[in-house]
Amino acid sequence: MLDVILGNPILLALAALVGMAIAFGALLGFAAVRFEVEGNPLSDQINAILPQTQCGQCGYPGCRPYAEAIADGDSINKCPPGGEDTIQALANLLDVEPEPLDAEHGVEAEPTVAYIREDECIGCTKCIQACPVDAILGAAKLMHTVIIDECTGCDLCVEPCPVDCIDMIPRKGGIQHWYWPLPDGQSRENLIATDRSSEQAAA
Amino acid sequence: MRQIFDIHGGIHPSERKDMSNPGWISDCGMPSKLVLPVTQHIGAPARPIVEVGDTVLGGQTIAEAQGPVSVPVHAPSSGTVTAIEARAVPHASGLTDICIEISLDGNDEWVSCQGLDNWRDETKAVLLDRVRLAGIAGLGGAGFPTAIKLASDRDGGIHTLIINGTECEPYITADDTVMQCFAHQIIEGAEILAHMVGAETVLLAVEDNKPEAAEAMRHAAEALDSAEVVTFPTKYPSGGEKQLIEILLNAQVPSGGIPADIGVLCQNPSTAIAVRDALIDGKPVTHRVTTVTGMSLKDPGNRRVMLGTPIKELLDTAGFNAESADRVIHGGPMMGFAVTDLDMPVVKITNCVLAPTRSEIPPPQPQQACIRCGMCAEACPASLLPQQLYWYARAKDQDQLERHNLMDCIECGACAYVCPSHIPLVQYYRSAKGSLREAAKEKVRSDNSRTRFEARQERLEREAAAREAKRAARKAAAEARAKAGDDLVQAAIERAKAKKAQQEAEQ
Repeated sequence: MLDVILGNPILLALAALVGMAIAFGALLGFAAVRFEVEGNPLSDQINAILPQTQCGQCGYPGCRPYAEAIADGDSINKCPPGGEDTIQALANLLDVEPEPLDAEHGVEAEPTVAYIREDECIGCTKCIQACPVDAILGAAKLMHTVIIDECTGCDLCVEPCPVDCIDMIPRKGGIQHWYWPLPDGQSRENLIATDRSSEQAAA
Repeated sequence: MRQIFDIHGGIHPSERKDMSNPGWISDCGMPSKLVLPVTQHIGAPARPIVEVGDTVLGGQTIAEAQGPVSVPVHAPSSGTVTAIEARAVPHASGLTDICIEISLDGNDEWVSCQGLDNWRDETKAVLLDRVRLAGIAGLGGAGFPTAIKLASDRDGGIHTLIINGTECEPYITADDTVMQCFAHQIIEGAEILAHMVGAETVLLAVEDNKPEAAEAMRHAAEALDSAEVVTFPTKYPSGGEKQLIEILLNAQVPSGGIPADIGVLCQNPSTAIAVRDALIDGKPVTHRVTTVTGMSLKDPGNRRVMLGTPIKELLDTAGFNAESADRVIHGGPMMGFAVTDLDMPVVKITNCVLAPTRSEIPPPQPQQACIRCGMCAEACPASLLPQQLYWYARAKDQDQLERHNLMDCIECGACAYVCPSHIPLVQYYRSAKGSLREAAKEKVRSDNSRTRFEARQERLEREAAAREAKRAARKAAAEARAKAGDDLVQAAIERAKAKKAQQEAEQ
């Protein structure tokens, strides 16, 4: 048998290839078991891009379920809090064409936080149960309040409130959040650094 | 004589510093009302601790620091608090912010200020506390809380203290004037600062267009052995912290780092004086020297101004001609911004108020297409690639902006100044930097939300599992009981049957 193989170059080549295939197959099989990644790395990456408001406007109960749905082929334009920027980032990640935001799920709006008008609160705890990130503090028959820094602005607490004492107020107003707008490239804005006197321009 | 080095890029705009007559200070006088914003620094706003109607004395704290990166605000003179409300403040946005308005009574009564008798004997913590409570924020124009800067020495410690009297921006002569008039106080302040951070060398950096200031500093520096005055050629922006360190020490601050990373601390001369006043005299920051200049003023010069003085009153002391002025600029011509409302107050960062005529600083020309000439890259003092950054800023490509070190841009405006197409390049970078910072904050927020959401999901699952387990246990118990109950019934039936069988057998 060995003599026949050694004597025939075609059989020898075939045997070498089969041998290598078996060796590498075993190596790959071992690596697949040894270095297996837990969970779905793609849905983790998608989840990292989603804004984590956990608002459910996409139709899924939170950002992770939507991320898993996108990984399974759902469309990427169902997230109003993320808006165009999130769609763009998802399109880049998944290498698909960005689509405009699906208006069925809502429109892109200023980020907000919930604010409880505390003297009107009756202490029913319904908003506490609705909050997806445990950002509301309080106990039965005692006043509730929102931890502003933890609130995602999902407005899931507004609906269950029986006395309608929760307002959604914009989060980003004011001087602390302001930054320069991008120049539009057309208008002659009063920008100090670009200013040059006529003598300097001539020089 | 110390060897000095050169930086990449830079520009030479016409200086126009003589206009404001450096070396002379006059007092701005006492306005009838002061408007003091609670945010005159970088960081969290101070919290007002006075109420409308309260009487305050000069030097009294009217708003206290909130959080670690914050500084308090003090009343510059005695009077009554007449309003605490949102007013126009000197900020590029033109937005309003909370301000405390004080109507002055004209008596200028002060609280008693207690300085330290011997600051050398105090611990660093005590000295830092004094600096923080005196409301000192970088008076050069950036307004970073000085106590934080002093506390942030890294492992290697600080070996060199630089008093940054470069003042490279055209028109401004406030530091020049302060160095000429208060050289001894600057040296005292520098000695305290060097003691606090443990610096062995003190360098007093002055550009060579200010020979009088350099001479005055040299004279005063004889009192301090470790101090040395260094002059170097005039170029904008040599006064940038990182640029100045490169000029003096030939060392680069790492990208994204601070000077303390390489053992250097930079402070403005006025800040050094403020530290001296806080420790030796016990006085907080309530006044500053501001240059008021421009061709639409009859009498430009340097003024000692109470913080909170409306810019209009400051301009009026210099013979402001509102008709010839094209606009009023807070800060210098390179990095300042146009003021929208002349009732805005002078604050801790107001180093200059500029009122140019239209021919002096004409409006920008319309922007044209980039011709890829590369002059911006030659001018950039941070050795960045302004052209690439411009494209990425327009495309809002945050990954590429970060990769091209946008955050190392010092917003000096040299790129925009040299651009032959009049593209307001620095404006693109300011905007892009803002959006990067905002994105970073959002990222922290969303990561936090994710953790909380997942923790909540886990808790809900745990509770559901616990409930399920309890129900299962109850069910098992009930079944067991039911089974036991069946057995009892069965036994009773058996007994009854047995009894019946016995009775039948007896009959």
